[in-house]
Amino acid sequence: MQTNFTAEQLRDPDTATSNKVLRTCVHCGMCTATCPTFVLLGDELDSPRGRIYLIKDMLESGRPATEEVVRHVDRCLSCLSCMTTCPSGVNYMHLVDHARAYIESTYRRPWHERALRGMLARTLPYPGRMRLALLGAGIARPFAGLLPKSNLGWRRLRALLKLAPRRLPTPDARDRPGVFAAEGTRRGRVALLAGCAQRVLDPEINAATIRLLNRLGIEVVVPKAAGCCGALTHHMGFAEQAHASAEANIDAWCAEAEGDGLDAIIVNTSGCGTTVKDYGHMFRTAPGALRDRAARVSALALDISEYLTRIGYAPTRAAPGLTVAYHSACSLQHGQRVTNEPKALLRKAGFTVVEPAEPHLCCGSAGTYNMMQPDIAERLRARKLANLQATRPDLIAAGNIGCITQLSGDGVPVVHSIQLLDWMAGGPLPPGIHANHHAE
Amino acid sequence: MIVQPAPKRDILARRDAIVAGLRELLPQSGVIAEPLRMKPYETDGLPAYRQMPLVVVLPETTEQVAAVMRFCHREGVRVIPRGAGTSLSGGALPMEDAVVMGMMRMNAILDIDYADRCAVVQAGVTNIGITNAVAAQGFFYAPDPSSQLACMIGGNVGMNSGGAHCLRYGVTANNLLGLRVVTVEGEIIDIGGAHLDAAGYDWLGLLTGSEGQLAVVTEVTVRILRGPEGARAMLAAFRANEVAGACVDSIISSGIIPVALEFMDRPAIHACEDFAHAGYPLDAEALLIIEVEGSVAEQDALLERIREICLRHDPISLKVSQSAEESAAIWKGRKGAFGAVGRISPDYLCMDGTIPTSRLPEVLRRIGEMSTAYGLGVANIFHAGDGNLHPLIMFDANDPASLRKAENFGADILRLCVEVGGCLTGEHGVGVEKRDLMGVQFTETELNQQRRIKSAFDPGWLLNPSKVLPLLPEAA
Repeated sequence: MQTNFTAEQLRDPDTATSNKVLRTCVHCGMCTATCPTFVLLGDELDSPRGRIYLIKDMLESGRPATEEVVRHVDRCLSCLSCMTTCPSGVNYMHLVDHARAYIESTYRRPWHERALRGMLARTLPYPGRMRLALLGAGIARPFAGLLPKSNLGWRRLRALLKLAPRRLPTPDARDRPGVFAAEGTRRGRVALLAGCAQRVLDPEINAATIRLLNRLGIEVVVPKAAGCCGALTHHMGFAEQAHASAEANIDAWCAEAEGDGLDAIIVNTSGCGTTVKDYGHMFRTAPGALRDRAARVSALALDISEYLTRIGYAPTRAAPGLTVAYHSACSLQHGQRVTNEPKALLRKAGFTVVEPAEPHLCCGSAGTYNMMQPDIAERLRARKLANLQATRPDLIAAGNIGCITQLSGDGVPVVHSIQLLDWMAGGPLPPGIHANHHAE
Repeated sequence: MIVQPAPKRDILARRDAIVAGLRELLPQSGVIAEPLRMKPYETDGLPAYRQMPLVVVLPETTEQVAAVMRFCHREGVRVIPRGAGTSLSGGALPMEDAVVMGMMRMNAILDIDYADRCAVVQAGVTNIGITNAVAAQGFFYAPDPSSQLACMIGGNVGMNSGGAHCLRYGVTANNLLGLRVVTVEGEIIDIGGAHLDAAGYDWLGLLTGSEGQLAVVTEVTVRILRGPEGARAMLAAFRANEVAGACVDSIISSGIIPVALEFMDRPAIHACEDFAHAGYPLDAEALLIIEVEGSVAEQDALLERIREICLRHDPISLKVSQSAEESAAIWKGRKGAFGAVGRISPDYLCMDGTIPTSRLPEVLRRIGEMSTAYGLGVANIFHAGDGNLHPLIMFDANDPASLRKAENFGADILRLCVEVGGCLTGEHGVGVEKRDLMGVQFTETELNQQRRIKSAFDPGWLLNPSKVLPLLPEAA
């Protein structure tokens, strides 16, 4: 597609990258069809092609972002379904990331939005603060229904409170930095991204990951200095904060890699995995050492399902006679293009795996999206749950804490795939699952 | 360059009042009037041409479409209907003084009748959406334009769209049973129905392919078919475009009608392989995708006969798909082919002409010569069995001279199609892209007869008026 940037504008590396992305797009329109917001709203402006056009116009003009553009860019879930569909290979992710940072630096949002976004950015990436916030939200939760539905600000607060779990799980013993030794002969050594929000919402996911890896002969290290991957703030356009988080992780993991060595950096929250795998791009213009180390980290990063496929997984229990509806998290299927591994592993573990209709559509979780855009998120949630339930599953499995939280609470238990794999290989029965009589 | 008719000054002057009038007819989000938000509607699948519209409306019901048409008719405002905006001929290119009417919100499947094998859907349902809705019962909707994932049935009717499998199943016109349309005056009328043929003139035939110039399609009744027992694709790789072209002619003239017979040349093979990882032969100059369907025995018999014919043309390799996944990847690559060319060129113009299959080798050779003469690359991806060519001319839109050359190259290809006894369009419609070449195909008498038909439906020339027919001197 034609672009109109001046030579001066193209000297900015972010603009130069966006120009390359825009020139790859041929405006064919294929992406519109698989975009959740276009499917729901039926407006070119809420499709990837429309947003690409809006972003192109905003960047070319060099003007501050305007409310009209912000509205439509904000409605993008960053599910990246468009990238799976795009025949031309347009890197929409890098374009929209640039647009979000541009918006953040040129546009002043209404006060209530600034307050909410600031609060989320200061809370979610920090497990301690988040635990406190959730305890508070838990107390307020019963009163969520009393909030007026009349304006978006109140609806956002309602959505936020409703996402708070009724009971906060107690931290697991493994929820701490350290080295978790392999059982038997050590076959490998990996770092695990312990993450932030997930540790508070469901510590069992990391616990199951460590248990299973240890049992398979893999030593797992959770470096003390590693924390949030930066995805949450990155998607809000808070570039500085995101880069700081990423850099801390790069330092921590590289120290391990240079010390006792690492075969892989394991991520079990696919939203984070997409970002860690993109660190190389994030620091592409950084000074040499950081750039190289970021690229090295990205090259080492693997989703837990990819790593288990690589090292080999086998169940030790008899097939449980349960049907699992596999929900493909967008960050896994579109962001990382990991589609078959989780399903193949679950089948190997002895589950009957079924897939819902419209598997490419987002469930509406999308990081902080379900809090910032509660109306669209709720419609996507209902659509996804209806499609999942039509498969008559005993339980739902996914590889991303965001989706798990979004889809929970509607009758069918929702767990992380790793909990099921761990269970079938000798781990405990995941909470909420009722073992069928076929199982031991 | 495309000349648009001069905008009506009085309409531009009354813009605010017109927008206010439209707001009374539609939900708040259904009227887009801010310039920044209208911008993405300034073009469609042919982004070399752009024009900001007067205003964009997104109706949700046939009644809202009718209300908008009544209003626009009364006010003398031009209307450009738009489906998914995937037209490669600029069919939805706006005009400065026209309302763009996007049909994307009318995306409901209204009725499916398996016993009588038909479905009633709104105009904004995607082509693949129809097949998806009936696939669980073993049915499908046959025409399959490569953009079928995104393009909408209303636009398919407007352009009489085809697709890879039209060799066997016919184009949109052959799979339509009925239409609900809104006239330029805003009246709702039904044409045809859930039955074959209808008494009186063939209105359905006339409206199909009328490019939104005679009425606005809001509902479509289509024939759905029971899917075949099975299908298999063969990949036949050749040393030269002309050899593959000759092979196509041998297959068709043998009397075999494969369900699809597609052609890709070297640049296309490489771009599509990058996207779809389908196992296309990268050493070939030209590739044919030949699909047959039926029982396993039928498939085997047909594939054997086709193999014998291919062998006479000294192929580099012949390979039959071994699994459903392999076939899916083969088609994913083919159907994403136009977009995939975006990997090797920033921009392209996609031509769409039809020729007798016996002239394929000659025409491919001459397109190659033109490519050298113009200094612009070309990728050939097309429905060979139908003789429906799609040369993609690669250019750089950031260089105005390059666009001009591409336009001239394209015009020469289409003139060549007519010269060898073919036609200007296969399935993309005339739109704005081929409008000024209509005189190559038709005499002035023939064009005037077409203009009289347009006038009979739309005396004020309000519906998509700057497309299809060359502008009369006074309009331009």
